[in-house]
Amino acid sequence: MRASMMTSMVVLTWGVFSTHGALAFDLDSLMAELAAHPGGRAEFVEKRYAALLDKPVVSKGEMTYTLPSRLEKITTEPKAESLVLEGDTLTLVRGPRKVTLTLASRPEARAFVESIRSTLSGNRLALEKNYTLQLSGQADDWRLVLTPTDAKILGLLKHIDVSGNGRQIRQLEYWQADDDRTVLQIKPIPSP
Amino acid sequence: MSRSWRVFLIWALAMALGIGVISQAHVTADMSFFLPSRPTAEQKVLVDQLKDGSVSRLLMLSMQGGDALQRAKASTALHDALLKTGQFLTVQNGSQVSLNQERDLLLLHRYLLSPTVNGERFSVKGLRESIAETVDVLTSPAGLLIKPFVTKDPTGELLSILSGLNPASQPPLEEGVWASRDGQRALLLLQTRALGSDMDGQEAAIETVKATFANGIAHQGFESLTLQMSGPGVFAVNARAAIKQEVARLFLMSSLAILILLWGVYRSPRLLLFGLMPVASAVVGGVVAVSWVFGTVFAITIGFGTSLVGEAVDYAIYYFLQSAHGGESAWRTRFWPTVRLGVLTTVFGFGALLFSSFPGLAQLGLHSLVGVVCAALVTRFVLPAVVGNRVRVPEPGRWGRFIANALRRCGVIKWPLLALTAVAFAYLVLHHGNLWTQNLSTLSSITAQEAALDARLRKDLGAPDARYLVVIQATNQEQALIGAERVAQRLDGLVQQGLIGGYDSPARFLPSEAEQQRRREALPTAAVLRERLAIALVDSPLSASRLEAFVEAVSAARSAPLMTRQDLDGSALSVAVDALLNSSKQEEGRGKLSEWTVLMPLWPGVDALNELSPTILKNVLAGTGALFIDRRDEFEALYGQYIAQARGLSLAGLLCIVALLAWSLRSVVKVAQVLWPLCSAVILVVAGLYASGVRLHLLHLIGLLLIFAVGSNYALFFVRGDKTSKMDDLALMSLVTACMTGAIGFGVLVFSSVPVLQAIGVTVAPGLILALILAAAWR
Repeated sequence: MRASMMTSMVVLTWGVFSTHGALAFDLDSLMAELAAHPGGRAEFVEKRYAALLDKPVVSKGEMTYTLPSRLEKITTEPKAESLVLEGDTLTLVRGPRKVTLTLASRPEARAFVESIRSTLSGNRLALEKNYTLQLSGQADDWRLVLTPTDAKILGLLKHIDVSGNGRQIRQLEYWQADDDRTVLQIKPIPSP
Repeated sequence: MSRSWRVFLIWALAMALGIGVISQAHVTADMSFFLPSRPTAEQKVLVDQLKDGSVSRLLMLSMQGGDALQRAKASTALHDALLKTGQFLTVQNGSQVSLNQERDLLLLHRYLLSPTVNGERFSVKGLRESIAETVDVLTSPAGLLIKPFVTKDPTGELLSILSGLNPASQPPLEEGVWASRDGQRALLLLQTRALGSDMDGQEAAIETVKATFANGIAHQGFESLTLQMSGPGVFAVNARAAIKQEVARLFLMSSLAILILLWGVYRSPRLLLFGLMPVASAVVGGVVAVSWVFGTVFAITIGFGTSLVGEAVDYAIYYFLQSAHGGESAWRTRFWPTVRLGVLTTVFGFGALLFSSFPGLAQLGLHSLVGVVCAALVTRFVLPAVVGNRVRVPEPGRWGRFIANALRRCGVIKWPLLALTAVAFAYLVLHHGNLWTQNLSTLSSITAQEAALDARLRKDLGAPDARYLVVIQATNQEQALIGAERVAQRLDGLVQQGLIGGYDSPARFLPSEAEQQRRREALPTAAVLRERLAIALVDSPLSASRLEAFVEAVSAARSAPLMTRQDLDGSALSVAVDALLNSSKQEEGRGKLSEWTVLMPLWPGVDALNELSPTILKNVLAGTGALFIDRRDEFEALYGQYIAQARGLSLAGLLCIVALLAWSLRSVVKVAQVLWPLCSAVILVVAGLYASGVRLHLLHLIGLLLIFAVGSNYALFFVRGDKTSKMDDLALMSLVTACMTGAIGFGVLVFSSVPVLQAIGVTVAPGLILALILAAAWR
């Protein structure tokens, strides 16, 4: 009896300590770090893999994040294209064509866009509206997996893996339901 | 059988026949009341669209209350149930499932339908570019949508077809069905099978929606949901119901008031009853004439007829009161010529309206003219025979004598009345630019509440109001479609400049045979295509070896027959094509080939504030034979034309009256004595209306004409009365009674919620009273 109590004590204590150890880097502190990101410019390389394709489609360009809610993605290679998210409006310009989309009208698109924007701004509440979050790693090398909660979105998107160090996101990886995926690597451009 | 019975039976038989005709008459309440019968090409399109175009068959539904899930379930249930009734061509609520059939159809015929299919597209360079584009889409977040089709359609023809469709204004989805932007209402968009002009069909469709909704929510226990509905059909059906209901109510009101008044004068149920004979004759005769001449009777015409009661009852009053002292023969020599002249002035006044090219005006004119003539003839030939020489009317009592004396002494206020008229005239001259309203909507029966609901639903649904249209006419379907394709090429330029957001075309889903052939011939053989793919895709992530399904599809399309309209049967695409491509075969009998009409509604550009410039459109369309129509401008022009014509005709009617009076009275002074009180009354009425904030429109004008037509009777009695002897109390009483019944008959219209009828009421009722007082003053 005593022995078993001792064991539980030990287990409990260990449990307390181990949790305490992880507290040094948990979701809230990652979100706080991300929220402290001042915005700025970054180079990106995007590789898109599909089962139908023998090799990935690669594109390059620059991204700009301006607080609080403007995100710009300018692709320069292989074809010029721009994607601007401003508040609730997504504008896509490719060649002569310009498409404007209001996110409110497409819940799926909104969930998708929120994944980037809420991660960038460290808005845990907004993220948890659409995803369950799973964090691993340490502050200087973390990995956050977002899994959609809505069955309809899950039919399109399996999960999103975000990884980075400190407040800097380094890579976003979108896994579609059919295992086709897109990898977006980000390298910040130091502001002069 | 005595003579009086014989005459009465003949009259009763005629009435029964008339009522029989009326019961078969086709009554309508659509906008065509206000549309010209001999329209210009542009107006014809407008009229056809309003009557039977796809826009006129639109029903917009919104459900609110409950929670989003309940609304979505109710929306789906309503959608399925309504589709099953077969009363609707389309029922849309945003659920995606319903579009699979259309997508498959587009995919099947993609090489005949896609605007990008040409020789260049299937060259090595074209293949490389289009496939690279597809790969791009494939790997984007939207890729999931096209993944199943990539190997069959690597050049992306399905997307080419779809890219021309209106993407802008789809409502957001909530629980899988359309919802308003605030998420509080579920939305549905229906198109009735019944034409817009088929009022009974529209009414049945609306009832079906209401019943299905009530049934559905009761079944599912969603009692907290409410349904709102709008659309042209709803307006028309509501207007018809309102007029029907009002006609009955107003008729009852005015009849009751007039009967009470007449009882006070006659004190005889027999005379009261006989006095209604001319009235009934007028109403029945008027409607019978309209239904014979026009085929269709507008509900407003019948509503207008109720006011005629107040006028037609006059003749019996004149007869009973004026013949009381001298009997029938004395009346015939002394008073009948004056009554006859009064009838003639009315006939001349309204006769002018018969020449109107607007069926609404012409109907009002015919109805009044025939009604008045019927009433007068019945008074002259039927009434004396039936009533006999035994007309006993009590001598006027204290009140009667008082009113008669007051009328005799009206002369003292002659000069104050003149001064008042002069002031009113100056006031009108000062404001003459603002007297008339340019707004057509003042004529419609749509309430502000209905209009607000309609605007909200239209905004929620992004439903087209089709303000801008391009119209093409051709002798056969192929020529019509070729015309649409030629116009589309020019419109594409405007789309690129951002001047318009896009356009609809029937050729999008049913290209002309020439175009289909051209596209089919652009397709390479399997061997050539394989060869080109191998070269084009050397560096591509998508290897040529995966595209065997594509090669097979292209070679199958090379030998497939051309598409016809039948291929679209049963899908929403057929509705889209039929809405934009019409054939009218009415002219065939006269040796003219059947006419085909293509409608191409334009969507506003991104900057919706910018109105389209007709000049630019007309330049762009020059040489294609296509017409550009701005419905709002067209409407305003139409209304302007309407008013101008009505003014012209009223003036002509007035001149006829003057000529008639001059010929009959043969004295400038007497003509002036008749006309001046009427002119003065008209000036005072118009000034009074304007001062109380009313802006005149067409029906006020008709009202003014009525003041002239009816009021001239009073003035004539005074002028003619001079010749023989002083008017006795009974003769004066007859005028006062006639004026009162007129004022009551028209006065009840003031309470009408139908703007057209209300306008006549507020004009004529005060006008008649003024006319009598002024006529008495200037006697």
